[in-house]
Amino acid sequence: MTAAPAPIPASFEGPLLSVQGLGKSFGPVAVLQDIAFDVRPGEVHAVIGENGAGKSTLMKILAGHLAPSAGTLAMHGAPLRLAGPVDAERHGIVLVHQEILLAPHLTVAENLFLGREQRRGLALDDRAMNAKAAEAVRALGAEIDPTAVVAQLSIARRQLVQIARALLVPHSLVIFDEPTASLTPIETDALLAVIRDIRAKGVAVLYVSHRLPEVKTIADRVTVLRDGRLIGTHEAAALEPLDMARMMVGRDMANLYPPRTPAPASEPVLEVKAMTVPGYAQDASFTLRRGEILGFAGLVGAGRTELLEGVLGLRPGHGEIRRAGKPARFATVRDSMAAGIVYLSEDRKGKGLLLAQDLRINLTLAALKRFTRGPVIDTAKEWAELDKAIAAFDVRTRRKDLLAGQLSGGNQQKLLLGKMMLLEPEIVVIDEPTRGIDIGTKQQIYSFIAELAAQGKSVIVISSEMQELIGLCHRILVMRSGRIVGEVAGDAMTEDEIVTYATGVRTTNPAERPAGEA
Amino acid sequence: MSTTTTTPAGRGFRFDLRSLAPFLALAVLIVVGALLNPNFLTADNLLNVATRSAFIAIIAVGATFVITAGGLDLSVGSMSGFVAGAMILLMNAAPVVDGHGMIALAMVAAVGLGALCGLGNGLVTTVGRIEPFIVTLGTMGIFRGLLIWLAEGGSIAMKAPDLRALYRPVYFGTVFGVPVPILVILAVGALGAFVLYRTAFGRHVRAVGSSEEVARYSGISVDRVRTLTYVIQGVCVAVAVLVYVPRLGSATSTTGLLWELQAITAVVVGGTALRGGVGRIWGTICGALILEVVGNVMTLSNLVSEYLISAVQGAIIIIAMLVQRSLLRRPGGS
Repeated sequence: MTAAPAPIPASFEGPLLSVQGLGKSFGPVAVLQDIAFDVRPGEVHAVIGENGAGKSTLMKILAGHLAPSAGTLAMHGAPLRLAGPVDAERHGIVLVHQEILLAPHLTVAENLFLGREQRRGLALDDRAMNAKAAEAVRALGAEIDPTAVVAQLSIARRQLVQIARALLVPHSLVIFDEPTASLTPIETDALLAVIRDIRAKGVAVLYVSHRLPEVKTIADRVTVLRDGRLIGTHEAAALEPLDMARMMVGRDMANLYPPRTPAPASEPVLEVKAMTVPGYAQDASFTLRRGEILGFAGLVGAGRTELLEGVLGLRPGHGEIRRAGKPARFATVRDSMAAGIVYLSEDRKGKGLLLAQDLRINLTLAALKRFTRGPVIDTAKEWAELDKAIAAFDVRTRRKDLLAGQLSGGNQQKLLLGKMMLLEPEIVVIDEPTRGIDIGTKQQIYSFIAELAAQGKSVIVISSEMQELIGLCHRILVMRSGRIVGEVAGDAMTEDEIVTYATGVRTTNPAERPAGEA
Repeated sequence: MSTTTTTPAGRGFRFDLRSLAPFLALAVLIVVGALLNPNFLTADNLLNVATRSAFIAIIAVGATFVITAGGLDLSVGSMSGFVAGAMILLMNAAPVVDGHGMIALAMVAAVGLGALCGLGNGLVTTVGRIEPFIVTLGTMGIFRGLLIWLAEGGSIAMKAPDLRALYRPVYFGTVFGVPVPILVILAVGALGAFVLYRTAFGRHVRAVGSSEEVARYSGISVDRVRTLTYVIQGVCVAVAVLVYVPRLGSATSTTGLLWELQAITAVVVGGTALRGGVGRIWGTICGALILEVVGNVMTLSNLVSEYLISAVQGAIIIIAMLVQRSLLRRPGGS
């Protein structure tokens, strides 16, 4: 909207921002070493790397949140020292955070102008702010009521609000830190269109992402980091996603998914009939077989998580459940755990791990009974189990007494896997198993899931990444608006096929009407 | 990920400082007290101070459980008065003739009543899904009202002199020169520390306080754990009452007034986080000692009027929060 790029000195035609010999250390640990690259006006410059490669640290330095330990920044050829994020904004550098940082109970307009409210006399000028907010959101190609409360918006719309808020500042460089991590493919496409618009205005965009196909579509140039070092900057046109992955990991990534095994024709271990979770899922029925990996696809908000949480006693719901042929009722999650079913939440930080407690306490929390004699906990046994889990799940940690919150996302997921596997489950439900996780760790988690199935355990995978479901599952159920609307298996498991069900173009559910939603 | 801003050494240092801070503060206070008045550092005075801290220390051990699980109990002061009043009335009714038997029965009844009061707080909080602040603010009024009603606006005193004499040693007695209340503090502290640090229940208390959702998804009965912390609080209140009643042999409408302030202050001064997840039993007991030592130093030194004790205690809880805030800066905290 009103945001004009910061003025560019007419005489200078080089890069907008250049980075030379940049380094950052926390105490003795060097997180970034000798990074050098530049960003040109009007380009989308992707920065990719595994978790722990230093991408976020680099972005925080560029946005003024951290000061570099070594090296220099230059803007339009002139040396640049950033005193803080506000100073960075004055220089036209804005960062769109990975997490949604909005006040949920305030309206869209109130959030957009938070801390820079417009006044008329003593009172707030709500009318002007609402009008400007609507305009700012429209500039991103969306129609969002500026007086809507943020908590009532979908994640994708909240993200747009967050982007609009960042772009209210006059800017010449916009940094997106993993903006699509929680978006569906359609929402992602919409966001990429927004980014193209920003680029078309001559603004430079730095784009951090794990999703390599997406990087391939959007980026003009790609800078790869590995272990805090620069691997190189390349024209995106010259790179395929597989090349990018190879550079990120430093080894060949051809076998991201484990070898495909035939779908088992074994006995059902879990049968769910006419399951309804009020407000989220209606009349859902499915069967899981021994040794099977069953996928749940669908858009965010389709009710996949809520359906499974309803089945497992994590939220109220009703329906008929059979476990290994016998009728079962899971009033609380303790009941389903007792029946050999565990659930790994998509919300690792909020529902999976105690971030402020150490690894040992997290590991044994769900299966604490195995570590007690009478009421007393055997800590030595716990430490021994932590050693085992660190080895078995390849948890990379500097020290064993770290807090769970100090681990990277991938290592948190491995710890959560270790925690839940201590319950020795027969059925494992994993929600978004690789969200926010680097590609090397993804491969490890996929092969772990395949191994579970090979051992005769059954796995349900809920994921918004269709490639992941197709690469991993024997069979995929597609949900839309709280109903299971399709099932694909074998060669029919393609993105196109899933999307036609997920978006309502096609349905096998008689209760579903083909056209739009209310 | 890689942006953790503290080094391992830094974290260890802060961690130690945090758990040691209350003990350092107590040591400093004792030095100050000794400098201000030579009578402060006598065995008699110190034992006296520790003895008088017993009520708050014992109640605060229970409060440590409640607060570690992410709850709060404002009703402990009124509950103390109510349980004390009811206990004395029972002894005055003398349903058992034998003195020892009567005292034992009264003690069991008091503990049962305390547990019941705590259970009420816990169930309304968890099953009723009401903020503990509101629930215990309500029961604070209820217990106080019940006490005033039992005392008919005045006081309830133990009538039988022989029973009083028999019960007296529970506060005034000593074992190998150590006053009984101090032994009770140590016993309650040791038991509390054992339960909180070494048992599965204690681990669950900390987990629930750290994150209710993570605890629930881990198969922990959050409501049961929370409710039990309030029951423990009630039992601790009753144990404090057992030591309190023989001291004066009576309860009045104002018995236990502002004890909730002192108990919560002791917990916070001791290093337990008000947002839950971290509980420090020995820190809490140290916090109760600090409150009593401050009062004692004020009385002995004439620097500040002793009528200002409540004001000073109120100031201490605020200062303790400020100190905790500055010591607590750690990764993931923002």
